[in-house]
Amino acid sequence: MDLHYTQATETPHERAAVDAVLGPADSTWSTGDRRAETESHSAHAGHAARSQRDRLLPALHAVARRIGWISEGALNYISRRLTIPPAEAYGVASFYALFAFEPRPKTVVHVCEDLACKAVGSDALIAELERTAGPGEPQCGGASMWLRSPCLGLCERAPAGLLTVAGDEPHDEPLEFVTALRVAAALEGKRDFGFAPTQPPQHGDPSLRLLRRVGTVDPASLDAYRAAGGFRALRRAFDIGALGVLREMTASKLMGRGGAAFPTGRKWEAVAREPERPHFIVCNADESEPGTFKDRIIMESDPFALIEAMTIAALAATCDFGYIYIRGEYPLATRRIEHALEAARAHGMLGDDIMGRGLRFDIELRRGAGAYICGEETSLFNSLEGYRGEPRNKPPFPVQKGLFRKPTIVNNVETLINVPDIVLHGGDAYAAIGVADSTGTKLFCVCGNVAKPGVYEVAFGATLRELIELAGGVAAGHRVQAVLLGGAAGAFATPDELDAPLTFAGMRAIKATLGSGVIMVFDETVDLEAMLVRIAAFFRDESCGQCVPCRVGTVRQQELLARLAARRLHGSPDEERSLLAEIGQVMRDASICGLGQTASSAVESALAKLNLFSSAVPVDERTPV
Amino acid sequence: MSVSDPGFARQVTLQIDERSIDVPEGSTILEACRALAVDTPTLCYLENLTPVNACRVCVVELEGSRTLVPACSRKVEGGMKIKTDSERVRTSRKMVLEFLGSSVDVSLVSDFSRQMQRYGSNPKRYGDAAKPALAGTRDGAVAGHHHASDGQTASTVAQPVKIDNELYVRDYSKCILCYKCVEACGTDAQNTFAIAVAGRGFDARISTEFAVELPDSACVYCGNCIGVCPTGALMFSSEYEMRDAGTWDENKQVSADTICSYCGVGCTLTVHAQDNKIVKVTSPADQDVTHGHLCIKGRFGWQFVQQRDPSVLDGLANGPVVLDDVEVPAPA
Repeated sequence: MDLHYTQATETPHERAAVDAVLGPADSTWSTGDRRAETESHSAHAGHAARSQRDRLLPALHAVARRIGWISEGALNYISRRLTIPPAEAYGVASFYALFAFEPRPKTVVHVCEDLACKAVGSDALIAELERTAGPGEPQCGGASMWLRSPCLGLCERAPAGLLTVAGDEPHDEPLEFVTALRVAAALEGKRDFGFAPTQPPQHGDPSLRLLRRVGTVDPASLDAYRAAGGFRALRRAFDIGALGVLREMTASKLMGRGGAAFPTGRKWEAVAREPERPHFIVCNADESEPGTFKDRIIMESDPFALIEAMTIAALAATCDFGYIYIRGEYPLATRRIEHALEAARAHGMLGDDIMGRGLRFDIELRRGAGAYICGEETSLFNSLEGYRGEPRNKPPFPVQKGLFRKPTIVNNVETLINVPDIVLHGGDAYAAIGVADSTGTKLFCVCGNVAKPGVYEVAFGATLRELIELAGGVAAGHRVQAVLLGGAAGAFATPDELDAPLTFAGMRAIKATLGSGVIMVFDETVDLEAMLVRIAAFFRDESCGQCVPCRVGTVRQQELLARLAARRLHGSPDEERSLLAEIGQVMRDASICGLGQTASSAVESALAKLNLFSSAVPVDERTPV
Repeated sequence: MSVSDPGFARQVTLQIDERSIDVPEGSTILEACRALAVDTPTLCYLENLTPVNACRVCVVELEGSRTLVPACSRKVEGGMKIKTDSERVRTSRKMVLEFLGSSVDVSLVSDFSRQMQRYGSNPKRYGDAAKPALAGTRDGAVAGHHHASDGQTASTVAQPVKIDNELYVRDYSKCILCYKCVEACGTDAQNTFAIAVAGRGFDARISTEFAVELPDSACVYCGNCIGVCPTGALMFSSEYEMRDAGTWDENKQVSADTICSYCGVGCTLTVHAQDNKIVKVTSPADQDVTHGHLCIKGRFGWQFVQQRDPSVLDGLANGPVVLDDVEVPAPA
């Protein structure tokens, strides 16, 4: 391709950062200078370079982590190395919230402004930061800065933050129980605030299955994992073979835990049957649904289980390669998974001859860069391939044309860690747990106004009330006002609905969803209207912008909720409500992907079930203030 | 009835609004709708580009599908039952038109006001338009960090026109983000890749790298983006200036097809003239050679045809070229 670049060139620092990911340029063609005597008649970029397009996001990360932002020269260098038109590379890079394109301080503290943190008072924290530490807007300069962030997935330790320090030795660190003092200390250069995974609230409960190793077994030691029964399921998978694994998976009736509840066994079988090669397995670890943090805890505390499960899937569906796509805001989980992958390779649990049984399979970890939409499976593929994280139309489905347009299994982290027990103890034994339409155990992210927020594991069939009680209930003297189920894309339950069983069918009955397993409890002190305004703002921020219903609909919904909350309407309350309903309908019916299709569901359920915005009046009928 | 079938493709039978139709396998629902003369609005669809189905104005209701499906890209399957005028379809089309009508300047989009009327769209429901963005503001928008609106005015994409070269202007106040220009600049026609979609959500925009001006970008001024733009966001400078001066009048325009004389490819040019002056050049989308696409010469290289000002030629006479024997046509 004959590509055109602007005059801007990279600094040696930027070049070093990119070369650390892509390796040194093997041809001067790809770096801009050309040795006429040796390279005047041959090009060494071309297809070989273009086929590395999926390295774009890692290369952008490398520059952002080293320099703090991405300059025109750095982008040109990356584009040259990968033979990507710079306009396209810019289009991809500017899609992500974690990348900046004008000089940004090396130290940035991201402070969560989302639902679970709001429920425990982050509004006051943010107001204080605005007074003491600057506006929290992307444009401000200085040696360090803070920024508002959507949910950081640390909801059990809210208010949450994330410290990122760019440099030759970049440093990323989650911040728990954030205070203005803590932010100030981080901005002044303090490091190592001592974040460490803690034991789950149910620690020691012998009925735990998915969480039994969390907080108990050293996540950095493959031997410890093995001693705790790890890799026995993989051994059995080798013994019963691919068909045996598929049989057990189907018998287990395991349903995907990412939100769509698709039968996992059927997905695997569909990929196994596809004649086209290669096959891929992708672990969707882009956990970004506000209020969700279960996958993070598993990756931080039980990373080898994920590797074992993906290897079993690879065996069953003859997958040639695997990817774990983890959200960019999970530094500790990223390090733990990276370490586990290295250890697994060193012990022959990944590579050319796994366990000496002739299976060839490996896994690569890829980081997102701040985009909720990339948790949508086809957006995830585009993001991983180095394109904008925009969803694709389905059909074709990922089992036919997924990553790199090849047959692909894509499973959520929680779905996958069910796999070893299914293979080890049999699908029928698994299906006996829980209830008929919802088998097995489920992880719930209980957060908001409860005494012991955290990830809880219960067999399907427990009620919402039981879960809230398990988490210690709301504080004494307070009562439940509402519960948000399934996150921003979920729906509200009222205090009257707390006896609904937490099953796929039980949730449908109260017009709610399990979604990603969020149970966000709000007591009567919480301003639910402000929560809805935030949900609407969240979707406005996170819409990819590809289709009109979602791109404009999320904006119109946010504007309308702002009017309702301020009690300054354009028309009568009925007119505004029916407009809101129509905005919701077109997003649900005509958006390309699940983000747009669910962007109105929490708002609509709140308006249907909770008595909100009751005294809103048109702007002309307001009492003058 | 059936769609004319150029090859030997298998026929697929489906139902549209309870009418049965046979179309060749591989056709889209839109093609089937058009064969039945079902009036189906489209914005981001164009015969000579890959469908991106981003605008969603062509959605139809497919029995068994949870959501509506885009007619322009969804391939037909035997036994499909499709409704094109159900309540859900009408609401979605109304809202898509209303969303665009309230956030984008759609004054030059052909058929837009008729379709809005047909579906009962009322863009005024969202309030008065917010103030236009200052130059460069939308180009610098950061993904995931919008300034929350108070909802009293309706957010729009309004912004100043970008004029950075002599051949065409970019008025992104009129951009509905149909992706057509990106496709035409990329693998669907030109393979130049000067522009892409940048940013995210409502701040998504067509942009060069770092929003540099076109002369600094990879743009080769083929004008194929103008050719496919459905909204007038991309416009010949000649047309833009005449519109600005109030002299643009399509009723006074005539057009004629000719073959481009610059090289041997043989591109058909449709020359549009007003008051005996060329005002723009296009190419028919169904033309075998061009598929509607041209290069800079065919698209823009026509100024010489109407260079009737003798003083220009007099000026040339001071140079090395002797023009004594040239017959200069009298000014019109």
